[in-house]
Amino acid sequence: MTTLHHDLDADGILTLTIDLPGQSMNVINADFTTDLAAAIETIKSDAAILGVVITSGKASGFMAGADLKGMGGLVGGTSAGTGPGGGKSPMAKLFDNVFRLNQLFRSLETCGKPVAAAINGLALGGGLELTLACHYRVCSDNPKVQLGLPEVLVGLFPGAGGTQRLPRLMGVQPALMYLLQGKFMSPQEALGFGVVHALAPAADVVAAAKAWVKANPTKFTQPWDEKSFKFPGGVGAMNPGFAQTFVAGNAITAKQTNHNMNAPIAIMSAVYEGTQLPFDTAIRIESKYFAKVVADPQAGNMIRSLFVSKQAAEKGARRPKNVPPMPPKKIAMLGAGLMGAGVAMVAAQAGIEVVLLDRDMAAAEKGKQYTADRLAKKRTDPAKMEALLARIHPTADYADLAGCDLIIEAVFEERGIKAEVTKKVEAVVGAGTIFGSNTSTLPITGLAEAWSKPANFIGIHFFSPVEKMPLVEIIVGKETGPEAIAKALDFVAAIRKTPIVVNDSRGFYTSRCFGTYVQEGLALLAEGVGPALIENVGKHMGMPVGPLAVNDEVGLDLSLKVAKQTRADLGDAYKSSPSEEVIATMNELGRFGRKNGKGFYVYPEAPAKKYLWPELSATVATPGEHSDATPEAIRERLLYRQMVECARCFAEGVLETPEDGDLGAIFGWGFAPFTGGPFSHMDTLGLANVVAILDGLTQRHGDRFTPPQLLRDMAAKGETFYGRAAAKLAA
Amino acid sequence: MAEALIYDAVRTPRGKGRKDGKLHEITPIQLATQVLEAVRDRTGIDTADVDDVVLGCVAPVGEQGSDIARTAVLNADYAETTAGVQINRFCASGLEAVNMAAAKVISGEAMFAIGGGVESMSRVPMGADGGAWPMDPAVAYKTYFMPQGIGADLIATKYGFSRNDVDAYAVESQKRAARAWSEGRFKNSVVGVRDVIGEIVLDRDEHMRPGTDMQSLGGLNPAFEAIGEGMPGFDAIALQKYPEVEKIFHVHHGGNSSGIVDGAAAVLVGNRDMGAKYGIKPRAKILGMASIGSEPAIMLTGPTPVTEKLLKRLGMTVADIDLFELNEAFASVVLRYMQALNIDHDKINVNGGAIAMGHPLGATGAMILGTVLDELERTGKSTALVTLCVGAGMGTATVIERI
Repeated sequence: MTTLHHDLDADGILTLTIDLPGQSMNVINADFTTDLAAAIETIKSDAAILGVVITSGKASGFMAGADLKGMGGLVGGTSAGTGPGGGKSPMAKLFDNVFRLNQLFRSLETCGKPVAAAINGLALGGGLELTLACHYRVCSDNPKVQLGLPEVLVGLFPGAGGTQRLPRLMGVQPALMYLLQGKFMSPQEALGFGVVHALAPAADVVAAAKAWVKANPTKFTQPWDEKSFKFPGGVGAMNPGFAQTFVAGNAITAKQTNHNMNAPIAIMSAVYEGTQLPFDTAIRIESKYFAKVVADPQAGNMIRSLFVSKQAAEKGARRPKNVPPMPPKKIAMLGAGLMGAGVAMVAAQAGIEVVLLDRDMAAAEKGKQYTADRLAKKRTDPAKMEALLARIHPTADYADLAGCDLIIEAVFEERGIKAEVTKKVEAVVGAGTIFGSNTSTLPITGLAEAWSKPANFIGIHFFSPVEKMPLVEIIVGKETGPEAIAKALDFVAAIRKTPIVVNDSRGFYTSRCFGTYVQEGLALLAEGVGPALIENVGKHMGMPVGPLAVNDEVGLDLSLKVAKQTRADLGDAYKSSPSEEVIATMNELGRFGRKNGKGFYVYPEAPAKKYLWPELSATVATPGEHSDATPEAIRERLLYRQMVECARCFAEGVLETPEDGDLGAIFGWGFAPFTGGPFSHMDTLGLANVVAILDGLTQRHGDRFTPPQLLRDMAAKGETFYGRAAAKLAA
Repeated sequence: MAEALIYDAVRTPRGKGRKDGKLHEITPIQLATQVLEAVRDRTGIDTADVDDVVLGCVAPVGEQGSDIARTAVLNADYAETTAGVQINRFCASGLEAVNMAAAKVISGEAMFAIGGGVESMSRVPMGADGGAWPMDPAVAYKTYFMPQGIGADLIATKYGFSRNDVDAYAVESQKRAARAWSEGRFKNSVVGVRDVIGEIVLDRDEHMRPGTDMQSLGGLNPAFEAIGEGMPGFDAIALQKYPEVEKIFHVHHGGNSSGIVDGAAAVLVGNRDMGAKYGIKPRAKILGMASIGSEPAIMLTGPTPVTEKLLKRLGMTVADIDLFELNEAFASVVLRYMQALNIDHDKINVNGGAIAMGHPLGATGAMILGTVLDELERTGKSTALVTLCVGAGMGTATVIERI
């Protein structure tokens, strides 16, 4: 089946319509490149063809770029090596592979006949790069159409001429902004930048493109192939603007990546070197940097977690297959605090009716007002806003819950209160309804005892602020049935968030593992490591904030409460951690965190910025043998303390798949996204290496670093988390 | 091996490195030419005995390109047998040129050699030569490149120098320079710069602000706060390299940093036989030279390790040095050096420095060598150590002994 339809009209204009069979959106895959190569040969050899128009047969848009799922063979240095040249190094073979698409697009723009792109909608990544290799671009004038090169967001960069053609069209500095941030431009912006030549209604782009080809039978030379070509904004090492752009751009790249990511600086190099070269050499340079980026495991890990696993989770990878769709129509939100109000907002935005219940009407109304305030800030259309707000029904009367097909509870984190509320709800809606608890720490199996049919009881853990945080952690209790899981996942799909599904445990997966980052930070502090050093290393290793700062946000009083509750619940099984004394001392001093303006940091009045409490170390630290820890040693502790807890969750069956573990870590607590998540990272490091480092850390710092037996066994057998999961699936 | 003896040292006055500076109308080749002429005319040597002229120049492009040292040799009517080479050790280029000249003499390659430097910062701006270090993404990223001003502020933050400390140092530099000029302490070395018709356009350092006090400096805004905290945000890179620092305090500004100026200098180095041949008395002996590399991102802490390295090789200690001369690139550089080596302020930069008089990049090293030699002679002291902090983390030093 072809991906490219040929239609030669009476004027000698060949229209190539891209239409990948069985796909909702066009992507660049092996079939397409084969078809395009054949088409280019036809264009060159068939004298009846005077010019070409390339467009899409999909209403969804022009083309979305490379098929990332199909890139598995390239990434991670596992070059298929199908190219010629038997004696070549693996990198040289990889280069041959990735250079092929670049060459193909180059042969299109040098085919000797005018080629126009009729961009009927979205054109991203390789899709946009294909249009840049055309001599003329006419784009739909719909301002919602997205044009861009977002590859950097998954650890890649435009490798089909994008880093060379975009700067030659719009100038180095503006092009770098789009290449490094991966942000989209509207057709109107693209026209302003000279990236497209004309706009037309989507229905007319093909006609407009044809008209241009007919009127310009000899315009088949790209501007950069003209002798008179002047680089927009100037280029070259002695050009002050060019030099300035790179001095600043290098710094911004270092700042934004903390030296952790391969793609952004590779983009900078490809543009810096390539823009100073003739075009044919320039695209070779681009492909060389591209090969270097894909050869590193980072790109593969990022693509897998940030794109493939994320999409799969959102499309129901973990949903029980034999349960029919059961999207919620009307939900009950118990508790109208920050969390409940946020859930009500995202549900109402998804068109779901929400009964928002709290102890009294005023509290419930306040919860609804939260949505009104947020929407007003976003300057939402008044009619839309009214309809949306009308879906939120504040109440203090349990009787109003009748008719709700999903209950979500977000009341005070106290077992007794939760049980009481649960029973009251059951009395109104019956135990046949699915009940979800938004607890962040209390085990679900215990809470489910308050519901007559525990099969219908599940944990639905949101993150605050709900409207901004992308993840929802679904917790399956011992008795939870498939319908409850399906219902919870259908709700998560409706509100367009990313779900993970985990089994019951204290703190489940995300709270439990994230807590270790904070605790290790406090342990370092207690041992006399400078607080600035701890905070900076935390940020530099890719965490969104330092461990002390995040604890200040959560509240040091809350940390004390959780520790006390856990100690009470676990009794003899409780293991005390070195961080506890720090928390106790801070609480004794009345330093609760940001909430009362003093914690690990001091919070002066705005606009002054917070700064570390100067007395902190003197107050809570006992200098000793680890006080002089190097940044590398600190980084290792903060990283491995989290990873060992993640591995334990896997060993204990809290996690069933490494995908859940990676997505939960990245989107739940911001674990270094460039690693692809803790499980991808451990696989990349090699489990034997991970175990060896953990054993060393255990010796120096205690058994909180002790690897679980499963990790030792896997390391001994040379397994990986993802390899094991794939083997299990195949079995 | 031969001894490297200093027979003469001359410098131009330093003109403000701006369009309204007195030396702006003078081409850099003229600045270099006039100091070479002065060395020849003051000593009466036959330039056929000068085997090589080494000149430092940090932006060797445009008017300063094409080997300005050989060009100056020809333009100053030296013997056409005299070679010339331009070198770039960033801010220590002038001193490195003297060290290379000395090495040539010591090795026997040269009878006489001249080391010096030139920089017309008003005509060829700093950074005009580009370079891979700040610009090539792969290199800048790998080396945590940040401008020197951020490094200077990082030094102040890391080693505990407040805005008050750096401003007080700057006030003292101005005071010392003003006293030195009023007492004529530079008269032996400074030669006036002449224009096309032979008139002297400048005979005194133009950059000084003798009235400077804490109050006038207090009004100046920090120069590197915007690029550090705003765009592009170099402070973040400083913290990546020095994560123990919570926040950079931006304390430097135009008033406590070296001035941008135009100028040139030349030092005549030769062996003992040459002095005898022309009946000229050597003024000092070069005891030793050294250059080092250190952490490039903070960039400006090289003077301490290069001093330690050189003194160790010479079997000397800090106590054996009567006078120190450390280029005042930024106040914190000197304060850190004094702190690290426990050097009393009375022994260092006693006649002021670049904060008051300016820092013509390629020439400064040779200029301050002459300055400290004059001071040894004026006070009857014996030994001096001259050093400069250098781009990309280097340091260069020279120890001399008065004869």
